[in-house]
Amino acid sequence: MRHLIMTTTAALALGAITASAEEVRVYNWSDYIDEALLEKFETETGLDLIYDVFDSNEVLETKMLAGGSGYDVVVPSGTFLQRQITAGAFQKLDMDKLPNHANMWDVVSSRTEQYDPDNAYSINYMWGTTGIGANVGKVKELLGEDAPLDSLELVLNPENMQKLGDCGVHFLDAPAEMIPMVLKYIGEDPDSHDPEVIAKAEPILMAIRPYIQKFHSSEYINGLANGDICVAVGWSGDILQARDRAAEADNGVEIVYNAAKEGAQMWFDQMAIPVDAPNPDGAHVFLNFIMDAQNMAAASNYVYYANGNKASQEYLVEDVIGDPAIYPDAATLDNLFTTTPYPAKVQRVVTRLWTKIKSGT
Amino acid sequence: MRRFALIALPYAWLLALFLVPFIIVLKISLSDIDLAIPPYTPTLDVSEGWAGIKAFFRALDFENFVFLTTDDLYWKAYISSLKIAFIATLLTLLVGYPIAYGMANAPDHWRPTLMMLVILPFWTSFLIRVYSWMGILSTEGYLNQFLLSLGLISEPLTILNTPTAVYIGIVYTYLPFMILPIYSALERMDGSLLEAAEDLGCSRLKAFWLITIPLSKTGIIAGCFLVFIPTIGEFVIPSLLGGSQTLMIGKVLWEEFFNNRDWPVAGAVAVVLLLILIIPIVLFQRNEQKQRELEG
Repeated sequence: MRHLIMTTTAALALGAITASAEEVRVYNWSDYIDEALLEKFETETGLDLIYDVFDSNEVLETKMLAGGSGYDVVVPSGTFLQRQITAGAFQKLDMDKLPNHANMWDVVSSRTEQYDPDNAYSINYMWGTTGIGANVGKVKELLGEDAPLDSLELVLNPENMQKLGDCGVHFLDAPAEMIPMVLKYIGEDPDSHDPEVIAKAEPILMAIRPYIQKFHSSEYINGLANGDICVAVGWSGDILQARDRAAEADNGVEIVYNAAKEGAQMWFDQMAIPVDAPNPDGAHVFLNFIMDAQNMAAASNYVYYANGNKASQEYLVEDVIGDPAIYPDAATLDNLFTTTPYPAKVQRVVTRLWTKIKSGT
Repeated sequence: MRRFALIALPYAWLLALFLVPFIIVLKISLSDIDLAIPPYTPTLDVSEGWAGIKAFFRALDFENFVFLTTDDLYWKAYISSLKIAFIATLLTLLVGYPIAYGMANAPDHWRPTLMMLVILPFWTSFLIRVYSWMGILSTEGYLNQFLLSLGLISEPLTILNTPTAVYIGIVYTYLPFMILPIYSALERMDGSLLEAAEDLGCSRLKAFWLITIPLSKTGIIAGCFLVFIPTIGEFVIPSLLGGSQTLMIGKVLWEEFFNNRDWPVAGAVAVVLLLILIIPIVLFQRNEQKQRELEG
């Protein structure tokens, strides 16, 4: 009996070792890649790819800070990446193993440097803006032909929200993006870390709160596409996916996405390798594969988000590269703002304010 | 020796599965938030020897517990959770008792089947069952379609994302935990006692009240504890079925842990929750024991 147990244990241990040498475990956002690419990666490299998904930076960050996540590649957004680098959660990239790094686009790299100096720990996967998606027909029916579809007035002015409320309005459940948006609307610095300035967002949000049907970070894609809701404050690519689903379904729903003309937040999702990744070599192989111009273009063509890869641009379809909602022109680009991570004390103020907005307590 | 093993086993069980995790949570609740892996300080550094252990204990303090008193959010969430758990337990008892009673009085050859039917839902994932309720209760859901087609209502009811949906979810999920202990208490009951009561001129209702209920008391208490305790800390049901206005301590804990990344405050919230639960239970048991001694 004991002999049997020993043999089994030995076999299991051996299995674990050989398996981890051939496996790459990737943890990415949901609905964020062309799945054909995952198969292509396995055929090209002979590595087994284990691909899991999440839908909030907070969940990822908790896994990273707890340590031992078991993932080789993860995809935090800029501000979260910066904080996790400070916590020592990632390892520096070995550029010798990433020949495709030459494909990256300086316009994006120079912006991601504020989160990851010299881009030593991460590569850009995709980037986008946080803005307003609207069901054109219904909003115009309720607010008239000159409805401010491209302005924060649409979602932050109680008069407009009162009329839109019954039709369904969703906001992202992401305080680190919603509060900067409100601050921008009232002319404050969207990246303010001053609790007194942040508190100024409260009355604005409390006034429109009764008309917000739900705070959620992914349901709005289906909601907009089916015509269940009229307006969503959400992420560019998600709303554009909703627009295309509605067009495909041919259900008479027309969705439009606008980065607010007052200024919209620009964010970056960065691929990085955890410090305790079981297979860092495999992780580098994956990053290099993603930075291949054609692979990156395939991913962007599929999910309607812009990427930080210059060389991929010649393979992008016109629908993507030619759409100013995805690749904004220079003037719009100037109007976008970025934010930096909140320190723990300020984070607490922000979360508390958000709880108050959501629960009324 | 054998006797020692018999006593040691349950204590070892308690130690490993209750005390050790509790001490870990308590330790985190006395620490301070830090940007590191893990995200709190101090962590015990055994390599420093005795000095390291001393430094570790000196750095622990109760400021996170003091912090909980500075914001009324926590107290409101505790009270609201207690209230929801209390009402939900009562509802579960009202639904569960008749089922258990029916099972205990069913013909012998039916009982295994009925028992099976109570346990059967556990074969499906809890999460999937709660998700199904979203499909049933939503505005366009099966329940509304059914009621509309019967002509009982003219406008769809808003149930999903309200406290009503939370109660439905809790009663549904925890019903077997209420039924099983009550059933086992009722099943052991001696039926001749009821006959005797009726012979002595008791009405059936009065006999039920004076004999059946007191004899199933242990089952009722066990069932209520099994429902009440997990319901207080419930997170999944209110977050899927309840709206954002349903304030529960499980949700507050989640926010402390994930949004604020403040493991120490999350730890403090959990320790207070445990105290709120344990102290009344210990007092209750003491009281029970005293009564038994008095009766004995």
